[in-house]
Amino acid sequence: MDEHDIQVLIDGTVGYFHGLVDRTTEIGAPYLMARDQPVISDYTGIISIDGARHGLIYFTAPSAMLRHVLLANGEVQASTELMADIVGEVANTISGNARKHFGSEFQISVPTVHRGAGAAQALYLAERSFLIPISWRQYQAALVVSLQD
Amino acid sequence: MKLLIVDDSKVIRNRIERALSFRKVKKVITAANGEEALGLFRQELPDLVTMDITMPKLDGIDCTAAMVSLKPDVQILIVSAIADKATAIEALKRGANGFLLKPFTDVQLNDALATLMRGRDHG
Repeated sequence: MDEHDIQVLIDGTVGYFHGLVDRTTEIGAPYLMARDQPVISDYTGIISIDGARHGLIYFTAPSAMLRHVLLANGEVQASTELMADIVGEVANTISGNARKHFGSEFQISVPTVHRGAGAAQALYLAERSFLIPISWRQYQAALVVSLQD
Repeated sequence: MKLLIVDDSKVIRNRIERALSFRKVKKVITAANGEEALGLFRQELPDLVTMDITMPKLDGIDCTAAMVSLKPDVQILIVSAIADKATAIEALKRGANGFLLKPFTDVQLNDALATLMRGRDHG
């Protein structure tokens, strides 16, 4: 992963949140996440990547923020089912959009969704994982990119 | 006119159904994966389909090809996050009639469906 690759995913994250959810959502500067301390929030949607690159991309967010994303999608009731659904859909949308840059060899799986800290068991992280911080009001979410060529 | 919405996300299925301002659509059916969609397609023979690509069991491109073989004049709009040209071209080759990238607005969705139906009416 080089800077340009990371920028593609930052742009995708900005595009999703500013285009659909709320322009007040702030996308921070990415940083290297410690492999043994993965950032996990209330719900986590994981996309496995295969093909020219291997690894995963995951989106993790607190329930309060997911309620806001659901509202932006027209859902007034934020059930646990819908929160699990939308966390996977956000991960899928940002990863799928990235294929414009990475090409069709950037193969993405259907999302797997986890609730709570148990998500960490499903994360097989590469040597280097980049975390893109996403802030909305006082809430923090993250897109984590963990890929190797 | 019948519309089949195929997407593994319930939020997206609901969103497409709510966004519809297409008056000709009298019945909406939904499916959460390609296999379920194909079963419903055989029963209902819808005129219009919105189709996700990345889904469990049967992906949207194979599902599109199967639907077109069953009903060649069906109009299929791919609604997917997958943004590379090769995938869009493959979907069109396999029988899809249009492509709408996620995330989308209600206006973009209705415009894409209207374009599809104009193509059908003039085709």
